[in-house]
Amino acid sequence: MTVTVRLPAEFADLETFSEWCLPTEAERYAKRLGSSMPEMQAFYDAITPRAEDAIAFCDKFSLDDMPEDVLNLMHLLYSMIMVSFPVECWKQPRVPDSGATKLDCVYEPVP
Amino acid sequence: MARFPKPPEGSWTEHYPRLGTDPVSYEDSISPEQFEIERKAVFKRAWLNVGRVEQLPRKGSYFTKELKVVNTSIIVVRNNAGEVKAFHNICRHRGNKLVWNDMPLEETKGFCKQFTCKYHAWRYDLDGNLTFVQQEGEFFDLDKDRYGLVPVHCDVWEGFIFVNFAPEPEQSLRDFLGPMILGLEGYPFEKLTSKFTYRSEVKANWKLYMDAFQEFYHAPVLHANQSPTNYSKAAAQAGFEAPHYRIDGPHRLVSTSGVRVWEMGAEMRKPMEDICQSGLFGPWDSPDLGEMPVGLNPAKCDPWGLDSFQLFPNFVVLFWGQGWYLTYHYWPTSYNTHLFECTLYFPQPRTPRERIGQELAAVTFKEYGLQDANTLEATQSMIESRTVNEFLLCDQEVLIRHLHHETAAWIEDYQRKTAGV
Repeated sequence: MTVTVRLPAEFADLETFSEWCLPTEAERYAKRLGSSMPEMQAFYDAITPRAEDAIAFCDKFSLDDMPEDVLNLMHLLYSMIMVSFPVECWKQPRVPDSGATKLDCVYEPVP
Repeated sequence: MARFPKPPEGSWTEHYPRLGTDPVSYEDSISPEQFEIERKAVFKRAWLNVGRVEQLPRKGSYFTKELKVVNTSIIVVRNNAGEVKAFHNICRHRGNKLVWNDMPLEETKGFCKQFTCKYHAWRYDLDGNLTFVQQEGEFFDLDKDRYGLVPVHCDVWEGFIFVNFAPEPEQSLRDFLGPMILGLEGYPFEKLTSKFTYRSEVKANWKLYMDAFQEFYHAPVLHANQSPTNYSKAAAQAGFEAPHYRIDGPHRLVSTSGVRVWEMGAEMRKPMEDICQSGLFGPWDSPDLGEMPVGLNPAKCDPWGLDSFQLFPNFVVLFWGQGWYLTYHYWPTSYNTHLFECTLYFPQPRTPRERIGQELAAVTFKEYGLQDANTLEATQSMIESRTVNEFLLCDQEVLIRHLHHETAAWIEDYQRKTAGV
């Protein structure tokens, strides 16, 4: 089976989580709601120790001109931020008591 | 013990004696009849913000805005002279909506040299003049000059586009805004152009959500579990006090002091805040925006948290001490529903690291927003039960008193002016 490599070689250890390389907030939020806490905890535990290196790596590029693998790494960092709330605060995917509420992100900066 | 001095009268509420200190009724938020009056007495008379000039980058740029509260859709466009104009979005021929895309009731935006109706190809220039009629000779005595688009009063202040649906506005936009809001002139709005926009259909009266964001008395309680235990315990013990409130005409301000979380022990922060060097208040490393206008941070707090200006009726501009701002709009769709829109405005990030800091601030904002919104349907449904008709407001909730009071005053004024007409 061929696996498509999506991240820069320096971050091959995070390749298992590349399904979190999602370009929009709506996709990241939907994946968060569709994931279990053990799944998000595993992603959080893997990426947070690597976050400073990943940010420093992205910082070598301009936001206007990012190679695809670096862009994927940026999107992975956005997903890290997304899962931090379930992991660090809520202990569940959804904001507590927000069952009846939605707040859709309809416009965001690219990237 | 008050941490911040209160006015000589002893409280912010008594500083504005016409507001009273008695319990209040929210009958104005649960009555279909009241809503029908508000549409005429408030939303068809006040200046309403519908966007910013950055949404119209060049001549011919336009966007449409669905305004159910005044039962219309408008086109906002930059004409060939570079001015911003607004028109009702209706073709003068057979009444088709002029500008829409795929879904007739959804908003759209774009660029064009003229507007062409999908139905029979009548054309209008960017000033609303009717310029072309298909098979013009088939019509009877058609004078095209009489059939331009119906204009809406439109004016721009500091890049914010306002419209007014009165036949003749009772006040100019500047007179309507008044000294407190005009004191914000000079803020570098034009430099903060990296945007995040959120939207929500909320099952509550528009005023109840405005109320939720015009007091921060709730913050240490409702949002306690967003922070590490050490921080939320300290916050709950301290409670919330604003250093300054101000009411000017129909508009309101609450100002808050800030915290330098990065100077606190690490146990007061979430790990993600350290990774991204950012949080709810914004990126820790704030941009240099130059001198701030005189109207901001009236209590001269250092650190300063935020200033939230509520512009009557349904528009909020909230400035963060960390160098960014956001806007809220509450667009009523019925007496117990509204469309909530929020846009965060940051400086264009210069580096991926800066972009990451902004992302955490934006994501954190949404988590708080969901907590704030989730109480609303619960509140609306129980107020509608009319089991309880009188509710208490503390001094930190003085601005809630004012919004309901002001809305009632506009209705009274409208009814007085239209009585016997």
